[in-house]
Parts: sequence; structure tokens; C-alpha cells
Amino acid sequence: MALLEVKDLKTYFSTGDGMVRAVDGVSFSVDKGQTLGIVGESGSGKSVTCLTIMGLNAKRYTITSGQALFNGEDLLAASQSRLREIRGNDIAMIFQDPMTSLNPVHSVGKQLVEAVQLHSEVSKTQARARALELLKEVGIPRADRRIDDYPHQFSGGMRQRVMIAMALINNPELLIADEPTTALDVTTQAQILTLIENLQREYNSAVIMITHDLGVVAEIADDVVVMYAAQVAEKGSVDEIFHRPRHPYTWGLMGSLPRLNADVDRLVQIQGQPPSLLRPPSGCRFHPRCPYVMDVCRTVNPDLAPAGDDVDHLQACHLDEATKEREAARLLGAVAGAS
Amino acid sequence: MIRYLIRRLIWAAALFLTVTLIGFVLFYLIPADPAKFACGRACTAVDVARVAHYLGTDRPVYIQYLRFLGRLIPLSFHGGFHLKAPNLGQSFVNRQDVNSIVAAAAPQTASLVLGGMVIWMLIALPVGVLSALRPRSILDRISMTGVLVGISAHPVWLGLIFSYLIGYRLHLTPIANYANFFHPLYGQPGGPIQWAYHLILPWITFAILFAAVYVRMIRANVMETMNEDYVRTARAKGAPESRVMFAHILRNALLPVVTMLGMDVGLALGGAIFTETVYSLNGLGYQTIQALNNYDSPTVLGILVFATTAIIVMNLVVDLLYAWIDPRIRLG
Repeated sequence: MALLEVKDLKTYFSTGDGMVRAVDGVSFSVDKGQTLGIVGESGSGKSVTCLTIMGLNAKRYTITSGQALFNGEDLLAASQSRLREIRGNDIAMIFQDPMTSLNPVHSVGKQLVEAVQLHSEVSKTQARARALELLKEVGIPRADRRIDDYPHQFSGGMRQRVMIAMALINNPELLIADEPTTALDVTTQAQILTLIENLQREYNSAVIMITHDLGVVAEIADDVVVMYAAQVAEKGSVDEIFHRPRHPYTWGLMGSLPRLNADVDRLVQIQGQPPSLLRPPSGCRFHPRCPYVMDVCRTVNPDLAPAGDDVDHLQACHLDEATKEREAARLLGAVAGAS
Repeated sequence: MIRYLIRRLIWAAALFLTVTLIGFVLFYLIPADPAKFACGRACTAVDVARVAHYLGTDRPVYIQYLRFLGRLIPLSFHGGFHLKAPNLGQSFVNRQDVNSIVAAAAPQTASLVLGGMVIWMLIALPVGVLSALRPRSILDRISMTGVLVGISAHPVWLGLIFSYLIGYRLHLTPIANYANFFHPLYGQPGGPIQWAYHLILPWITFAILFAAVYVRMIRANVMETMNEDYVRTARAKGAPESRVMFAHILRNALLPVVTMLGMDVGLALGGAIFTETVYSLNGLGYQTIQALNNYDSPTVLGILVFATTAIIVMNLVVDLLYAWIDPRIRLG
């Protein structure tokens, strides 16, 4: 049984302008100890998917359907108190902006101790010792002195390490990282990713890494879900997605990556803008921007279907198999062999 | 920290001198002669000149100002070097020591202001927080209407309505005067219960305006803080809503309230003029009005000194308090 199985998840926000379909039928699964990368543009629904799994959307205007089975238990149907038991304990989440994700008036140690004491009946001294242990593990220098410092006394990379420490302090089975390195510079990004990888191995946690950066995905993911306009465009193992992509959107993403060995004047751009989730396009949501658009694409939204022989590699596109293989090879060959 | 304190004290002194100097000069510019006013109708020019000399108003203005400052310095050289209380001068009207006027009036104003503060915070905190938690709900709309009324209604009008309806028609509370907490004057009500009883209507009247302002501010602060990332982090850790509300949201949202409270209380200690007048409480504000009508500049200046000192002290206290509760300021 998979650790987390998301089935046909839908999250709609009721706003003054209408119903925003932030997540519109997303399914994927994560196995124990595996890393899943969720890739997509801003506004594709990647963050909202994970916030919905954790139950962190504001109840008042959110409508959710589908299932999110964590060890067989449906999180979407769970009570608030059960969710509070799970959050920070079995499933932990770290967020994008480390500058604002920590409470500025509590010391770092106090926030870590809070994470511990919310889920176990330990004394403050024991919790503090555990906090110190984690701070050292995530690589905060002179942790024993810095444990009582406040968030504004740390740099961005250090704060993100503190967030990771706070997330892993209770040995969660699943860590959801929502663009953890987007707000950091590239060197720090590499350090943070290595840290997450190491800790994941040590604690044997599964990781869901949300990002818009394909480089990050290539680095640490085992499986990939490509999201577009609140739906899954393609999903499969990282090897399949990177070497045998089967969706025009994924081709666009791959093509737009700058490569050191390619001699190109302009990067491949996906023309157009991401669609509004208030009134998504009819049929395939990518059709207004797709260079391979056909008539059927405008009316029928393609279902996820296996690409060729591989049952685990699914994609949602009307193009026939032969065209896809040809175009994918052409794109990857063009980029790789253009030097 | 010490350097900060010294810098603040120097600023305070400069502010103090500026305020008193301006007050002094304004009085000097008023085209009414306090000596003539104090002397009365039956005085001749010679009598007025004698009164002027006695009061000190015939000296040049800068001499008068320096004497005024000199009286304030708490050091005395008469019969050796020793400390003395700052002397605020004597009233032009009845030669009463301004010190004693202030000493009699200040407790009344302080009772009104501090009690009013407790009431307005007791109203503003729950209403502000609950409105922020449920924006555009019935509660929110009612409280925002209440805020509008509270800000618009004049304290004098409110005071008159309350004292008429509740005091006069329903006989529920007294409508005027102050009951001394410790030492009731002969034939007058006194003691703690009477003190509070006489102050109920004044407290409510005084509190309404401030409560309205604070409800609006608290509501805005809480609504803004609710959307901060660290609140989401706290929920993601599994914290119960009560903890999220108190340790995370309120702990941050109410920081500016501390500063505003200090400033408002400091300001109001200078005299809550409208409320005191309506309820005939002889507080600092009331005394100031009376003194102004009589061109009694020592009294006005004396109360001004007291009020300025109160404001400066409160501001200093608030700044130190804020540095203590907000680590970003303390360790920034």
C-alpha cells in the first residue's frame, strides 16, 4: 500500500468573482521513502494540492472532494483533532519563504520546543535537548548558542534549515516541501537540497517536493508529476519524464531549460499565458498554447492514459503515440546535439 | 541601552523647554492684562501697577520665563544646598499654590483616565478580535457601525445623554462630582465604592471614543496578522486554534496596541476636558478651562508642565516596554 494516495482531488475556492478551480481532478501516489516532485508553473495548483492534503485551506470558502489516503486513512474526511495529531507529527510541511514562515517574536528554540511538545508528553528540558539535536543535524553552527536567538538574527538559508529541523523533529513519515529553495540563492539551494536528501535517507521519510525548477526535480526526485492548470498533464518516473516526455507542455518545459552545451540564440518559449482557473479553457486546458493542437483538443479534455508500454508513465494528450515519440526525440536531440 | 536612555532624556528636556516656552509666549501675547483682571474693577492704575509688580508681570518676558524655569528646578540654595519640590508658581486669581491645585485635580483625572482605559480595553479587545475572525459577519457589521457611532458622537453629547437618561430619569447613578477615594470632604460621599459609583458614567462616556478607535485598530491588526506565513506554519505543526490565536496571532497583532495605549493615556492625563466638564469633575482639564477664562497663566502653565511631563514619561515607558516585548527592536 502506498504511503499517500491522492485520488481525484478537487479543491474549489468560492470567491466574489466565481468559483476558482484551483485543483481539478489530481491523482498521484507516494511510496514510503520515495521522493515525488510536483512541477508546474505558478498557479498550476501544486501548492494548493498539498495544502488541501494537510487541511490547511480556510474552511469558509473552500470546497474539497476526492480522497487523500494516508496509510489508508482519508485525510479529507478526518476530524480537525485527528488532522492536528497528524500535522507536524506524521506529515510535516515546509514553506517557500523562510523569512516570513517563522514567528518573529518567539526564539527559534521556543518554536522547535513547541513542535515537540504539541505531539509528545515530554518535559521542556527534554524537548529543548531534542531541538538542539535537530539544529546540529541541519547544520546550524554553534547551535547551543543560537537556539535562543530570534528568527531575524538568522540568514535566509539558516532559517530554512530551522524550518526543516522543525519539520523533521518528530520523525514524520512524509515531508511536504513547498518550493523550499525558491527564495534562496543557488549555492544555498544546493546545500538545502543535499540536506533534505540526507535527512530523508536517515529518517526514511517520503518527500513531496513542489517546485517550478526542473533542475531540482532532476536532482532529487524519483517520480514526477507535471501539473498544468489544476490538472495532471503527465506523470511518471524521473527517467521517463526527462528522457521520454510525452506531453507538449512537458516538451515546452524541457525545451525552455538553458543548457550549457547547447548553442542556441533563443530559448524555446511556450507562447501564451497560463489560463484563468475561474473559467478554464474547454477541452484540453493546454490547447490555446499548444503548437500541436487538433480539433478534438478544443472540445474533449484528454484523460490520463499510459504512454506506450509503460503503465506507470501516464499522460493526458490526444496526440498519437508515433507523433509523440518523434517530436520528443526531435526536441531532445535538437537540444542535446546542437553544439 | 544607557546611551539610548540619555539620548531620550536630552530630547525630553528639549521638548519640555520648547513646549513651556511656546505656552509662555502665547500667554504674553494675549492682549489682556492679568494684573488688571486679578485686581478687579475698582482698581486704579496705581493699584494695578502694584498688583503687576507683586505678580511679577511687569518684568520683561524673558525674565518671567527664567524665573518660571528657576522655580521648577528641584534644587534650592536657601540655607544650604538641598532638594525641594518643583514650584509651579501661584495662581494669579487667588494666590493658591499651583502645586496644590494640580495635586487636587490630578487624582480625579487619573481616576477617570485609568479606569476608562480598563473599560475601553475590555470592550475593544474581544470585539476587535472577534470581528477580525469573522469579517463581514453580523457581529462585524454591528461592531463597525458601533465604531462609527463611537467616533462620531461627541463626548459632551454622550455625557449629557447618559447623565440625563441614566442619572436623572432612572436615578441609577449620580450625575456629577467626584467622590474622593481616601479622604472624603466633610459632608460628601467618599470611599472606594462611592468613588467607583460616581465614576461609572464618566468612565463609560470617556471610554466610548477610545474603544471605537481601538476596535478598528485591533481588528485591522488581527486581520493582517491572520494571513501571515508563520500562522500557517503554526497550524502546519498541529497547533490547536487557541494556541495559534494567543501565542502567534495576538502576540504579534497587539504589539502596536501597547504603543498606542501609552500615548493615549499620556495624552489623556493632560486633561479629559469634555468628560470632566460634563460631569463636573475638577480634574486637570476642567481646571485648565477655568484658568484660561481667568487669564491665570501660572495655573495653565503649571498644568501644562504636568501634562507634558506625563506625556514624555509615558512615551519613554512605552518605548522601553516595546523594546522589551519585541525582540527585533531589542536585538536588531
